[in-house]
Amino acid sequence: MTTLTQTFKIPESIKKGSKFSFCPGCDHGVAVRLVAEVLDELGLRENTIAVASIGCSVTLYDFLEVDSLEAPHGRALAEATGIKRARPDKFVFTYQGDGDFASIGMAESMHCALRGENVTAICINNTTYGMTGGQLGPTTLLGQVTTTSPKGRNVEYYGYPIKIAEHMALCDGTAYSARVSLDTVPNIRKAKAAIKKAFEIQLKGLGFSFVEILATCPTNWKKTPQKAHDRVREEMMPIFKPGIYKDITANN
Amino acid sequence: MTECLTKSKKVLTKGNYAIANAAVIAGCECYFGYPITPQSEIGEFMSGKMQELKRAYVSAESELASINMVLGACSTGAKAMTSSSSCAVSLMQEALSYAASDELPIVLVSVMRGGPGLGNIYPSQGDYNQATIGGGDGDYKMIVLAPSTVQECVDLTYRAFYLAHKYKNPTILLADGLLGQMMEPVEFGEYPYPEVDNSSWALSGAKNRPARVIRSYAPSADDQCEFLKKLHAKYKLIEEKETDWEEINTEDADIILVSFGSPARNAKSAMKECRKMGLKVGMLRPITLSPFPSKRIAELAQTAKKFISVEINMGQMIRDIKLAVNGKVPVELLNRPVGNPPSVEEIIERIKKESEV
Repeated sequence: MTTLTQTFKIPESIKKGSKFSFCPGCDHGVAVRLVAEVLDELGLRENTIAVASIGCSVTLYDFLEVDSLEAPHGRALAEATGIKRARPDKFVFTYQGDGDFASIGMAESMHCALRGENVTAICINNTTYGMTGGQLGPTTLLGQVTTTSPKGRNVEYYGYPIKIAEHMALCDGTAYSARVSLDTVPNIRKAKAAIKKAFEIQLKGLGFSFVEILATCPTNWKKTPQKAHDRVREEMMPIFKPGIYKDITANN
Repeated sequence: MTECLTKSKKVLTKGNYAIANAAVIAGCECYFGYPITPQSEIGEFMSGKMQELKRAYVSAESELASINMVLGACSTGAKAMTSSSSCAVSLMQEALSYAASDELPIVLVSVMRGGPGLGNIYPSQGDYNQATIGGGDGDYKMIVLAPSTVQECVDLTYRAFYLAHKYKNPTILLADGLLGQMMEPVEFGEYPYPEVDNSSWALSGAKNRPARVIRSYAPSADDQCEFLKKLHAKYKLIEEKETDWEEINTEDADIILVSFGSPARNAKSAMKECRKMGLKVGMLRPITLSPFPSKRIAELAQTAKKFISVEINMGQMIRDIKLAVNGKVPVELLNRPVGNPPSVEEIIERIKKESEV
């Protein structure tokens, strides 16, 4: 008699019966699932307070079975700071988009890292403001057409895109900063490893940990899911190079 | 000044230190702040005291950050506060609206200075509207407490923490630069209120219970309608239970002075002097500006012949007095745009003038 073992299932940290409401081909669903898997594997679900932000990332609490606070736009890491300082024994992470993290929330993000707050930030970089219909954001690539850069991003009017993971790595309080992508299965595995590493660093109390995830926005890019992932590889990765930019545990 | 002021003995101290020390005694677990005159002593005191007591303290990068740190801390049920002044409280309006919608027990100490804009560091009551009406989006109300003495800075700081947690509502202690900087003898005593149990709603990790979400986003219009009705039922309850004011010599008064905060001190002295002269003058001092003692003022409008609002602004509270009086009798304004309150002599002169008419 053969005993069948279930090897792939919905993580405990995903809300029962919930269905992702993200657009077809959007990487948010994969990112949220990876976060849930890591919460499960590290046994963190029951001790976690998540901070959702504004944009497509706001729906995080519809899918995760963890206590959550919704922060005003850009303020997620201020909220996370308040939670962690009040309850240092809790596991605290934010889930933000690039606009939330690196445009309207840049001061909160940078200072949280500079203080070395013992929290983790996950930042989804899809080079646009997705929920509002695809406007230019802080990571929009030069030449990229958006609804507010109809002829493409040029330096004269818009300046340069920000390389978030590199900047966060420069902060003395940052213990870990990595950029990952979700365009292939091996890269999804690397992304999960980075999230796990970031969470472990918080558990060890080593300081601020950060993972930037390159992600698709097929709806606003007006591409099929496949073509959208091609764009991640061909247009985003040469500028936003995946890699680990800081890991203070690396030499140990 | 980093020593915790004694709980038992009467001590001479500044309003700002009184507020900070009272917050510590009230059990404030977290202070987040950014400097601004005329309230900087609060953050200075807290930086030393909170660290000494192993409580949370952050020198925030901005008032946007400090108030949002308070939101974060309060989402766990912690007693948390920030303090600021006028133009910097303007930066906090977004978070106050979120806190009202999230029903978070945040405490904000607002020590008013001159405005609009950068204005100046002199005392003012120019943020009466900002506090009582609010500058954030949507239909929300905050509890606003207005001390008039340094002792009341202590007593109302205690009450601010209690009411914020009792009603899960953002609460402002609205002082002014004069109260913040003046020294008076005070007694701190013990925190006089019961501890509020936050365990039914606070975020603590979803252990042996479903996950909790503290949010303001309501995608459906129906949900938002229901939520707003519930929120405003709470405001009605707060109005019924917590409206507070001081009232002197109003029974037979022809003229009633209405004044809050530091100008109420001169108004009270002027009222007493006028009584000696045989003028029938009374006084009503709102202690809660929100909820405002509208009902009581409406009752007094049945017998009084005139109200005079004494304020350090261009006339803000007078609007609430007029709404309460509802046209029954005249409501006059005696104001100083910014700076020291109208003097006792000035108020007496005005009372005499208004009595002749």
